[in-house]
Amino acid sequence: MTAMDLIRAPAPLAPVERSPGYWALVLKRLSRDKVAMLALLVIVLLVLAAIFAPYIAPADPYKSSMLRRLRPIGTPGYPLGADELGRDMLTRLIYGARLSLLMGITPVFIAFAIGSTIGVAAGYIGGAFNTVVMRTIDVFYAFPSVLLAIALSGALGAGIFSGLLSLTIVFIPPIARIAESVTTQVRKIDYVEAARASGAPGFTIVRVHVLGNVLGPIFVYATSLISVSMILASGLSFLGLGVKPPEPEWGLMLNTLRNAIYVAPWVAALPGAMIFMTSIAFNLLSDGLRSAMDIKA
Amino acid sequence: MSALVDIAPAPRTAVERPLLEVRQIVKHFPLKGGLFGRTTGTVRAVDGVDFDVMKGETLGIVGESGCGKSTTARLLVDLITPDAGEIAFDGRRLGPDLTLTELRRNVQMVFQDSYASLNPRLTLEDSIAFAPTVHGMKDLDARRLAQELLAKVGLEPKRFAGRYPHEISGGQRQRVNIARALALSPKLVILDEAVSALDKSVEAQVLNLLMDLKAELDLTYVFISHDLNVVRFMSDRVMVMYLGEVAEIGPVEAIYAQPAHPYTRALLGSMPSMDPEKRTEEVVLTGDPPNPINPPSGCRFHTRCAFAEEVCSVKKPSLHVRATRGHLASCHVGTPGSGHSLSELPA
Ligand SMILES: Nc1ncnc2c1ncn2[C@@H]1O[C@H](COP(=O)(O)OP(=O)(O)OP(=O)(O)O)[C@@H](O)[C@H]1O
Ligand code: SF4
Ligand SMILES: [Mg+2]
Repeated sequence: MTAMDLIRAPAPLAPVERSPGYWALVLKRLSRDKVAMLALLVIVLLVLAAIFAPYIAPADPYKSSMLRRLRPIGTPGYPLGADELGRDMLTRLIYGARLSLLMGITPVFIAFAIGSTIGVAAGYIGGAFNTVVMRTIDVFYAFPSVLLAIALSGALGAGIFSGLLSLTIVFIPPIARIAESVTTQVRKIDYVEAARASGAPGFTIVRVHVLGNVLGPIFVYATSLISVSMILASGLSFLGLGVKPPEPEWGLMLNTLRNAIYVAPWVAALPGAMIFMTSIAFNLLSDGLRSAMDIKA
Repeated sequence: MSALVDIAPAPRTAVERPLLEVRQIVKHFPLKGGLFGRTTGTVRAVDGVDFDVMKGETLGIVGESGCGKSTTARLLVDLITPDAGEIAFDGRRLGPDLTLTELRRNVQMVFQDSYASLNPRLTLEDSIAFAPTVHGMKDLDARRLAQELLAKVGLEPKRFAGRYPHEISGGQRQRVNIARALALSPKLVILDEAVSALDKSVEAQVLNLLMDLKAELDLTYVFISHDLNVVRFMSDRVMVMYLGEVAEIGPVEAIYAQPAHPYTRALLGSMPSMDPEKRTEEVVLTGDPPNPINPPSGCRFHTRCAFAEEVCSVKKPSLHVRATRGHLASCHVGTPGSGHSLSELPA
């Protein structure tokens, strides 16, 4: 650097006092919420179990044994019993977390991205565009989500991919509706008017002024759908429309074990308990996030 | 080149061209209702309004709630598009001669609600720097400008630049909004009830700040308020609006000393005067203004006017010159040949 450069370089800005931003405050509040933190712990453990399943599972999830069918909980070598084909339940529950979490979370996240885009665009542009888009969305929204999911995966055929696709389609309308209504409210607030009066193009206004104020509430709503998605995904597998045997997946396991309910009730109930626990954990985390975000800032 | 050329007087225009010319602007809002969102009526929010704003002056706009002050303001910055009429800035008509971007660089607005006017997720510095960045200024320069403007409106940059709107008081927020409006170096600033939500003492400080900034930066103001004392303090000229129309416009002294329109007189009569001697027992305004959806025929004020005669409900008065130069009122009284029994008397 030459002397000229030093002279020409603009003086750096003096440092200013900074307040923590909104999301820093939200995270701080969330971290003080014991229930939400417990739920988060459960979810993190499940995710870790899913990722490291081959290392922590005691047995092979596919290895069956005609001799050890429907062993009760606590059988030596089978801490959580064995299923109707004599496969180790603990192992299959751990492996099952992979598909169940994938089927529960992925559709919601894809639907969050697509639904937010649709809803924010409709809400910000407004007018006839809004009417056309939202009426179309309402057509899908009018179906009960269970029926829509079953109909779509029925039409698309069984399999993980068609399950994911149909669940994604199921969640786009509700998310788009929330996104549209939050955006319509934000669009009318004076700071958006002021940004328009400054001559900023619509895209910039959405990026700087709208998204920061609408994505939070939409995200909270989406997280509350994860439990629904898990239950729907399990339901599809249970009906033979989602994951196919012999893959370990909680909904499918519930289905194949249902004949054993009188023989080994506790073992048969385990996949259901996992589904229940996981969806409760996601719901509690979502509630915690919602109340942590409820600050005037 | 001869020395004579240098001392030759510059050609002078006889009349100075106004900074802003507004001609017959109209804005009607369709009222949607019913099952299929059909139009069930029209709110005549602004109905043929004419006025000029001269360079360097402050034009006050007063009138009761719902008379179309904010709609007029929003039309001036083109936040809403007029149904009819023309707006010209610096002699250039919006549309044919002046682009929207140019208008927006030159005309900025401050809103009433200081909190709603600032994005809660942005620091004060970022809010102010937004418009310059949009118009192509580099990030660092825009932040530097934002900090300079904060200092200019009396907020120490070191303490305030990195703060969020909810952390500061209403008066401070309105200072930030003023800084934000100034970030594009506009020539004209529209202040729509910009101090109305503030406490009296804070209001006075912000008004003084506005006066100082105007002198320092050669600004022109359109100052909208329902507080007649504040408008008198701030304005060079005043425009009185009633149900989407101009009732009276003129120099501030003329309007306050010799109001020509019965509506202005009634407004001033209901104004709390500082001097008990001066408290007039004049006509006081009663009732609410009629609905702008179906405004009264003829003179829109005839339903509440103490001087109303038959002609008033039939014939619409137009703006007519009064005793003082540049003082116009829209009333049959004092308009020669209007048919009103008091028409020949000097108002
Ligand atoms: N977007 C809109 N749609 C329908 N009607 C509107 C709209 N904006 C304003 N109006 C109506 O137009 C009329 C004038 O409103 P405007 O806000 O201009 O009044 P104002 O003089 O600013 O009143 P205030 O003193 O209460 O701010 C009112 O009757 C109002 O209800
Ligand atoms: S025109 Fe008639 S009704 Fe209207 S203000 Fe004048 S006197 Fe009153
Ligand atoms: Mg208003």
